[in-house]
Amino acid sequence: MSGPSGTWQHAPGFWEGDRPRIVTSRFAHADSHTLERFLATDGYAGLRRALAMPAAEVHGEVRTATVLGRGGAGFPAGTKWGLAPEGVWPKYMVVNGDESEPGTYKDRLLMERDPHQLIEGCLIACYAAGLSQCFLYVRGEMALAQERIATALNEAYAAGYVGRNILGSRFSLDIVLHWGAGAYVVGEETALIESLEGNRGMPRLKPPYFPAAIGLYGQPTIVNNVETLANLPWIMRNGASAYTAIGTATSPGTRMVAVSGHVARPGVYEIVNGTTTFRDLIYGDEFCRGIRDGNTLKAFVPGGGSAPWFTPDQLDLPFEASRVGPAGSMLGSGAVMVMDHTTDIPRAALTLTRFYAHESCGKCTPCREGGTWLERILSRVVDGRGTMEDLDQLMEVGQSICPGDFPHASSSDLGLAAVPFPYKMTTICFVGPSAFVPVHSALTLFRSEFEERVSRRTRIPVRAVAP
Amino acid sequence: MTTVDAGSEAIPAPESDPNAVSVTINGRTVEAHKGEWIIAAADRAGEYIPRFCYHPRMNSVGMCRQCLVEVEGPRGPMMVVSCMTPVAEGQVVRTDTPQVKRAQEGMIELLLANHPLDCPVCDKGGECPLQDQAFSHGPGESRFVEEKRHYEKPIPISEIVYLDRERCILCDRCTRFADDVAGDALIQFTQRGNNTQVMTFPDEPFASYFSGNTVQICPVGALTAKPFRFKARPWDLEQRESTCTTCSVGCRTVVQSSRDEIVRVQGVDSDPVNWGWLCDRGRFDFQSVNSGDRVLVPLVRRDGALATATWADALDEVATHLRGAGASTAILGGARGTNEDAFMWGRLADALGCTMRDAQLDDGLPAEVLAMPQATIDEACSAATVVLVAPDLKEELPVLHLRLRDAAMKKRIRIIEISAVETALTALAWRSVRCEPGTQPEAVAELLTDAAVMTQLASGSTVVVAGRANLAESASHTMSAVESLLAAAPAASVLPVLRRANVRGALSLGLAPRDGRDAATILHDAAEGRIECLVLLGSDPLSDVPDADLARRALAGARFVVSIDAFLSPSAAHADVVLPAAVAGEKDGTTTNLEGRVTGTAQKVTAPGTARTDWMIAAELAEMLGHDFGVATLVDVRRAMESGAPGWGEATSRLANDVDGVVVRRAPAAAHPVRRTAPGARNSHEFRLVLARKLYDSAIATRTSPALASLAPGAGIAVHPLDLERIGAVAGEPVRVVAGERAVVLPVSVSARVPRGTALSPFNQPGADIRELVRGTGALDVSIEVP
Repeated sequence: MSGPSGTWQHAPGFWEGDRPRIVTSRFAHADSHTLERFLATDGYAGLRRALAMPAAEVHGEVRTATVLGRGGAGFPAGTKWGLAPEGVWPKYMVVNGDESEPGTYKDRLLMERDPHQLIEGCLIACYAAGLSQCFLYVRGEMALAQERIATALNEAYAAGYVGRNILGSRFSLDIVLHWGAGAYVVGEETALIESLEGNRGMPRLKPPYFPAAIGLYGQPTIVNNVETLANLPWIMRNGASAYTAIGTATSPGTRMVAVSGHVARPGVYEIVNGTTTFRDLIYGDEFCRGIRDGNTLKAFVPGGGSAPWFTPDQLDLPFEASRVGPAGSMLGSGAVMVMDHTTDIPRAALTLTRFYAHESCGKCTPCREGGTWLERILSRVVDGRGTMEDLDQLMEVGQSICPGDFPHASSSDLGLAAVPFPYKMTTICFVGPSAFVPVHSALTLFRSEFEERVSRRTRIPVRAVAP
Repeated sequence: MTTVDAGSEAIPAPESDPNAVSVTINGRTVEAHKGEWIIAAADRAGEYIPRFCYHPRMNSVGMCRQCLVEVEGPRGPMMVVSCMTPVAEGQVVRTDTPQVKRAQEGMIELLLANHPLDCPVCDKGGECPLQDQAFSHGPGESRFVEEKRHYEKPIPISEIVYLDRERCILCDRCTRFADDVAGDALIQFTQRGNNTQVMTFPDEPFASYFSGNTVQICPVGALTAKPFRFKARPWDLEQRESTCTTCSVGCRTVVQSSRDEIVRVQGVDSDPVNWGWLCDRGRFDFQSVNSGDRVLVPLVRRDGALATATWADALDEVATHLRGAGASTAILGGARGTNEDAFMWGRLADALGCTMRDAQLDDGLPAEVLAMPQATIDEACSAATVVLVAPDLKEELPVLHLRLRDAAMKKRIRIIEISAVETALTALAWRSVRCEPGTQPEAVAELLTDAAVMTQLASGSTVVVAGRANLAESASHTMSAVESLLAAAPAASVLPVLRRANVRGALSLGLAPRDGRDAATILHDAAEGRIECLVLLGSDPLSDVPDADLARRALAGARFVVSIDAFLSPSAAHADVVLPAAVAGEKDGTTTNLEGRVTGTAQKVTAPGTARTDWMIAAELAEMLGHDFGVATLVDVRRAMESGAPGWGEATSRLANDVDGVVVRRAPAAAHPVRRTAPGARNSHEFRLVLARKLYDSAIATRTSPALASLAPGAGIAVHPLDLERIGAVAGEPVRVVAGERAVVLPVSVSARVPRGTALSPFNQPGADIRELVRGTGALDVSIEVP
C-alpha cells in the first residue's frame, strides 16, 4: 500500500468511526505528521495553555483527568508523576515507545501519524512534573516512526517548541530520541532504563529500584507510555472535565485498541474507555464487524499476548480494569487477538509461548530455564510426540514460575469459576509468567484439544517412492 | 572438609547499632540492622536460605531467585527475594512454608535442567554450592527429559582460567566481581534468554589480576583455574588457615594440600583486611613451593664451586666466619620470613654486636616511616581524605587497591593522588597531581596552597598512603612529601605500603638499620671490602637492589657470603654457603602486615629435603657461638618475644582466638627531618625515569610458578605518544636507553598514562636490565635513541 506522498503507509488498518477522538483526531489527514498540519489543527495549543498555568495546576488537571497509563499496568499518570521525590535534580522523563507486546500496534500509529502530538504531550508532562530532560525510546524495528519523530523533533526545535525558553517562557526542555535494538523485555520500564544507559536490556528488581526513586542514571525517572502522553494536549485544550465526561469514572477518556486475528475488519480503533464491551468491539458494525467468513468465536486475548485468554462467555465485559481483573485477565496494552473455531489451540499457545521464551533476557532463572522448558514440552505435544504426563508437567513447570493459583476466565461449558488476576511470580518481571499464560489458558479452557493431540498416534511421514 | 567459600561466611554484626530493627524469622525474633537484606539477617540468626547469586561482598542482583522467602504483607504472605529485600521493623519472614519450599525446589530443578551433571569429572564436585543445595533444598530428581544446552567445553578465557559454559548457572557473580569489585570488566554476558552465556570480548582475554577470585566464588564448576584442575578432589584436601605472604597486605587464606603437597590457596573473608579476595599472584604462587628448583640440602663452596654438605659442616663453616667477623657482620633481608625468624636473627645480630642490618634492600622507604602515626586499612577506607604518595597499588598491593577502590566507588573517601604516572586509582581520585619524578615535595607544597584541598584535609581524618613509587629515584622525596603532609594535617596518620610481606615485622623486631647504616650503606661498605661476613636472609640483592652495579660490587667485595634461601637465586649462587630455608606453607609462625596487624601463618606441608626455618638456623648458630638463648621450639621463641618485643608477644598469644589478627600499635616517635638527595637539573631532551614494579615480574616465586611465569610483561620502556613521535621511534621496536656512559637496549612502547618528558619502565622483568642505569642519585634522567 503506497501512501499519498509516495511513502510507504506503515499504519494500515486504522478505522475511524462516529466516536470521540482524542488522540487520533488528525489521522484522517495524509500529512498528519507534519508541523504544518499539526499547527493548523490546534497543535501546541495545549502546550501554550499549560505554560500559562503554574506547573502544579497542570499536574492537578492531569490528576483530575485520571489518565490511566496505557502501557499495560493502567497506573494513573498524574499519581505516577507525584511519586518522584521533591528537591532532587535532575529528574528524567522516559517515553516508552518500545511497543512490543504481541498484537499491539497502537503506539506505532501514534508515533508515525502524529509525532508532534507526542512531543507536545512530553512537553506538558515534563513541565507539569518538573522534569529536566526527556528521552524518547522508540522500538528499533519501527523505522518510519523513528524517522517521523526525528523529523518532527527537528521541526519543533527549529520552531522553538522544544529547547531553551519554550514559547518565550522560562521552561526549557531537551528531548532525546533513542532507538531500541529489538528486545521485547525492554518494554519493561526498568529494562528500558538499563538499555537507555547502554547496558544489556535486563529488568532491575523492584524494590528497591522503582524508577520514580532510582531510575535513569540513578536519578528519579518517570516512565510513561506513548499513548498516555498523547492524551495530554487534548486534556490541556479541553480541560479535565471534558475528558472525564467521556467513558466511566474509573476509566475516563478513550483508549486505542489494536485488534488482530480472525475478525472481518482487524485494525486499530479508538474506543470509549470503560463502556465499550468486547462484544461491541468484535461484532459491532463500526468496529470489527464480526468473525471472518461467518465463523464462530472460539477464544480471544483481551490485552496483549501476556493476558490470559477469554472465551465467548466474557464478551460482555467492558474495557474496564476493575471488571476484567476479577474475570481472570487484564486489559494490558490494548491488543485484542481473536481466534475463531478453526484455530489450532495448542499451536496458538505454542506460538505465543515460543515468543516469550525467545524474548527472555536470561537474567532470572525461572524465565530463562522455565520458558524454554515450556516451549520444548509444548512443541513436542503439538508435534504429536507428547504424553498425558507432559500436560501435567507443563502446569508443574508453570508452578515454578507462578506459584499458587493462576488466573483464568470462567467457563460455563466446563463449569469453571474465574480465578482473578493478578498471579504471584518468582521472576523479576512479567516476561517469565507471560510464557506460561498461553499454556495455562489453553490447557485450562481447551484441555481436550491437548488430550486429543497426545492420544492420537504419531503421524509417520510417508515419502512417495518413485516406481 | 568444610567448604571454603567466601560467600558463605556470615559477616558478624557490628556491636551497637542505634538503627537496629527487630524482625521475626521463622518465629524467632532477630535483631537486624536497618537497610540490611533479609538473607544477611537470616544468616546471622542461623536460618540458612539457599542462594547462588547473592554474595555479601557484592551488590545484590536478585538473579537466581533461589533465596525466595515469604514476607507477611497487607495482602497476605508475599514471595520476595531475600537478597534484595531490606529488613523492616516488625517484619515477619518465613523460610520454611510449603510455598517457599516448592519455589526453592522448583528453582533448583530449573537450574539443573540444563546443567550437565558431570559432577564426577568436575573439580567443584564435593564443594559445589549447586550440588550441596540440590541435596539440601532440591526436589531430589529432575523431570527434564529434553536435550540439554551444549557448548564447547572448557574454553580458556585467560592464561589461568577456563570457562565451561554448560555448567554455568548464570548467577552473575564472576561478571559482577570483574566489573564492580575488580574494575576489570573483561567478562560479560552475551546472547540472550536461554542462550545467555558468560564470555570474554573477542581477542581480549580475561587478563585480570583478580581472576582467581571468580573461580573461588563461582557456585558451580563453570570457572576453573589451571593450577588446581584435576589435581585433587575437595574431600581429599586438608587445610589450615594462614596468611598470604606474597605482599604486605596480609590477606587471610586457607592453604589446602593433598598428599603433603600444596594444591590450592583460597581467600578467607577477614573483615579488616581482604574481604575474601586475593590477587592471582598470591593465590597461585604456592606453585613455587612445589618447584623442583628448591635448594634441598646445604651447599658449601669448595674449590670455587658449590657442593652439597651436611648441616653440621655448613653451620660450622658459617659459625666460624661469624665468630671471626663479629661486629663487621652484615645482615640483609628477613622481610620474607616470620616475626619469629626476624626476632631470632635480630637477637643473633645483637649477640654478635652487629649494627649493620636492614630488612629492605634500598627499595622501600626508610624505617622511620614506621615511627609515624600508624593507620590501618580500615582507617584508610573510612577516612575523609586519603593521600596517595605511593606506587600503583594495583601492581604492588592488589587487594589494598580493591579496598581503596571500593571505598572510593562508594564515595566514602576522597583520594588525592600525587604520582609521576597515571595509576589504576587515578580515575577515581578527587585530585590527581602529575609531578615530575623526584618533585613530590614541591607538588605537595603546591597542592597545599589550594584552598579546596585544605578544606578537604580539615573536613575529617586524613590517611597518607606512603610507598616507594619509583626505584630510580631517592626515597627521600617521598619521605619529605609525607612530612609536609603531616605538618599540614597534624592529625593525619600514615599507612606505609612497603611491599614485602613481613617488612614491618622484620623492621620492628630487630632487623632495622642502626645508626643510619641501611642497606645502601652496607652495600657500599661491602663493595669497599669492609664487610667480613654478609648474611643474605632470604634476600637477593643482585635482583632487587635498584643499583645493579652496586649489588654486584657488594657481593664481590664481601669476604664471606651466607645465603639462607629456598632457591639458588643469582645472589645465592655467589654465596660461600647456602642454607636451604623453609618457606610459607612449610612453617608455623606469625607475620605482620603493612598496618601492623599480626596474624598467623601455618605449616601445611613438610619442607622439602632438609630445609629449616630461619629462626632455627639463628638459634643453632647462636648456640655454636656460645650464646644460648634457651630456645628449642616455636613456643620458646614466642616466650622470648613476650619479654624481648613488647606488644608482639602479647599479640601472638591472642592470635589463636582471633582470625583477623591483632594490630600492634607503636607509639609515634619524634620525626627526624629528612635529608633530601636533590634531583639534578632537567634537560629538555631527556626523560626522567620512573622505575616501577608490575605485579608479575622475575621474582623467584613468580618465576617458579608455572601458572604465573609467562605473565610478566617483559622489560621495556613506555613514553607518551607525542614523545614517541618526537624521538622518531616506532612502538614495539628496540631503542637505546642511555644514562651517561651506560646504555641498555629495550623495546619502546607508547602509553598515554605517562606524561610527556617522563619514561616508565617496569622493574625486574625478563629481558635487558634497566637497573644497569640506576646509580642511587636523586633522580635518573635518560635519553632515548633510535639505533
